[in-house]
Amino acid sequence: MALPLAVLVARWGAMAWGLSPRAAGLTAEPVAETINQLGLWALRALWLTLAVTPLRAVTGWNWLAAWRRPLGLWCFAYATLHLMVYVGLDMLGDLGLLWADVVKHRFILLGMAGWVMLLPLALTSPRAVARWLGGRRWRVLHRLAYVAGLAVAVHFLLRVKGFQIEPWIYAGLLALLLGLRRWPARAIMHWTRPRA
Amino acid sequence: AQTPLPARRTRTLDEEPTPFDTVTHYNNFYEFGTGKEDPARTAGRLRLRPWTVRVEGMVAKPQTIDIDQLIRQFPLEERVYRLRCVEAWSMVIPWVGFPLAALLRQVEPLGSAKFVAFETLRDPRQMPGQTTAALQWPYVEGLRLDEAMHPLTMLAVGLYGRTLPAQNGAPLRLVVPWKYGFKSIKSIVRIRLLDRQPPTSWNLSAPNEYGFFANVNPDVDHPRWTQSRERRIGDWFPRRTLPFNGYGAEVAGLYRGMNLARYY
Repeated sequence: MALPLAVLVARWGAMAWGLSPRAAGLTAEPVAETINQLGLWALRALWLTLAVTPLRAVTGWNWLAAWRRPLGLWCFAYATLHLMVYVGLDMLGDLGLLWADVVKHRFILLGMAGWVMLLPLALTSPRAVARWLGGRRWRVLHRLAYVAGLAVAVHFLLRVKGFQIEPWIYAGLLALLLGLRRWPARAIMHWTRPRA
Repeated sequence: AQTPLPARRTRTLDEEPTPFDTVTHYNNFYEFGTGKEDPARTAGRLRLRPWTVRVEGMVAKPQTIDIDQLIRQFPLEERVYRLRCVEAWSMVIPWVGFPLAALLRQVEPLGSAKFVAFETLRDPRQMPGQTTAALQWPYVEGLRLDEAMHPLTMLAVGLYGRTLPAQNGAPLRLVVPWKYGFKSIKSIVRIRLLDRQPPTSWNLSAPNEYGFFANVNPDVDHPRWTQSRERRIGDWFPRRTLPFNGYGAEVAGLYRGMNLARYY
């Protein structure tokens, strides 16, 4: 997961060295390209994180379990860099401008909501915090990753112009991952059960 | 493969033109892919000759004109214009071409003509993006007749003193500098004069995001992002977007009394 970041850093280095943004592989709009790449890798890392448990269940590859936490933290790292470059170089650090962008545009709001939901997950990632929280509460809290995934999937769908297949593929994969879990069905049954 | 096109410079800007390499390698031309660098890679398959343009509809003299004849027909001008993309980036481009009004006058619009419709070539073998559903094909655009006749509106056949590269809309494209870039339709094969407003591609694709007029307007946001600022390609920091892309003194009169938040 460090590779895409290393590539981006190398490209910025090449640009600092004097290469044109296009020659450095960052297109004519290096800021936009960097935001896009960081966002895309945050999304991919999140999808991989969510794939660990269902994959384990299907294949019996229990060694995958060790990958879940680092993948989740990589996701948070890419998402945070994605947000920082957008706030720093697109909004120029102007929080008023940022707030206006968030409240006026659903597209921005969903991306921001995704990051805000990832934040408590990253904070409760250290084993000591997880222990303090208790296993059951930790597991329920970390289902937020799926809600973040939904926000991010729609964020990506809204990102593109015209009909493009790529964000639909990711949305479909997320639906598949969610479908492989048993708890959504239990939760739906729980919520829709008639109450006495 | 671009050949020189001698032209008289009739309009300059006190802004540095965007480098040729950038203008020709950062294109929205979905007929050749949705990536910005796709058209530069794939537009080579477009066969630029022979090429004819059909001008028809509510005109006294409909014509089919060969592109080389068209290029010789009117005195070529070089005009440096700003180009503001609806995606909030912008460039400065020295176009070579002639006023659309010159061609329209030649075909003599009838009194009933109120709009002009434009159409891009449709041929999925030459335009691989047309095998996808990114948009409905062919790409279509339109202008009100008074917008089409405005002296700023031009048909471009070149940039930087040479014929247009395919990825920039060769051999013939529209340039309407006070509107978002998607209005400036590329690789035109048909121009029709009509008495009603024609459908336009991006408006068909997402009517709440892209209107028929699409005048550059910092006060009317795109539903997904702000239009108040833009990033000039090559700059590090965004700048303010100007109403009508800075051409308001010349074109605002076309829209007097219109609610531009409604007619976006």
